[in-house]
Amino acid sequence: MAVYKLSTAGGAGTARTNYNSFLAGNPTFVATSYESIATATVGPGGASSVTFSSIPSTYKHLQLRVIGRTDRASSAFDAFLIKVNNDATSANYTYHYLNGDGATAIAGQENGSYGGAVVYRIGGATSPASVFGTAITDILDYASTNKYKTLRSLGGVDNNSSSPTGEIYFGSNLWLNTSAITSLVIVPRTGTNFVQYSQFALYGIL
Amino acid sequence: MSTYTPIASQTLGSAAASVTFSSIPQGYTDLIIVCDAIASAAANYELTFNSDTGANYSRTGLQGNGSTASSLRTTNANFIRCDQGGNLETTFGNPLLVSIMNYSNTTTYKTILSRSGGGSSAGGTGAVVGLWRNTTAITSLNFACSGATFSSGSTFSLYGITAA
Repeated sequence: MAVYKLSTAGGAGTARTNYNSFLAGNPTFVATSYESIATATVGPGGASSVTFSSIPSTYKHLQLRVIGRTDRASSAFDAFLIKVNNDATSANYTYHYLNGDGATAIAGQENGSYGGAVVYRIGGATSPASVFGTAITDILDYASTNKYKTLRSLGGVDNNSSSPTGEIYFGSNLWLNTSAITSLVIVPRTGTNFVQYSQFALYGIL
Repeated sequence: MSTYTPIASQTLGSAAASVTFSSIPQGYTDLIIVCDAIASAAANYELTFNSDTGANYSRTGLQGNGSTASSLRTTNANFIRCDQGGNLETTFGNPLLVSIMNYSNTTTYKTILSRSGGGSSAGGTGAVVGLWRNTTAITSLNFACSGATFSSGSTFSLYGITAA
């Protein structure tokens, strides 16, 4: 931030101006460090995928914020996959996780199980009405061409007393590719469609 | 242009049993609350919305206390306990970050995610997914200190994020 008005605060050759605030008449500084890139909200017909393309390379990091639910039959739980640069090669993805279902905490890892970075937990078709899961995924140094990309997520869904009652998830994914990330294709892990009112918002952090 | 906007902040000048943010603007997409409170006694962050103290809340939590990871949950509660991993500390801050997703929509129940931590031997680290079973837009929120008080110097800051 440039403090451009302090020169009027007075000196040997100028009249002194007294301020009640250290801002000295300057506007309040609001960091331009967290910017909205694009948002997709699913309409009445549902959506089998959500794509963010032509992602600018000008940010340091990305953050994806999701509320979601799918049409996965006979289940109150689903997840979603992030296909980085639309890469659906399962061998290019690994993940580690720690999650809790309200009774037990479990840690684990899987390699090459899904054709995308898997993020838990959103609702499925038998979640109670109006219940949506949510997740926040950070994608660090996404424009780098020198290293594999790591994603970190916190997500969960809570169904109150309806079984399964809920799950909280903390995980990290690795995409084994050094290419800069320019697009994200998001699909349900098991269901066919994201249902209406699911929302995916992508932000850039400078 | 930044879309992460400070809405309001409170630093307690004296002990308070609760902290409220009211008349929350509806123009944002998500809300984020950052707290660093000290409690007068073993207590928790108890979050309610729109003055609703009915049994309309639930949560699923995950925690680690330095030796063991565990998970627990509460159903049909009168609030969302946002911290996990131990009770709030009484001699230093208890960091808490809460995301309230799509808080102004009038179609879905409201789901929150929180992360918390404590540094003493009795503390721990944790995360919570919480649910408020109400489709009403959130216009106010309250943190209570479960029978104790938040001490002088406790801070509570509310931010809004706007999606494109």
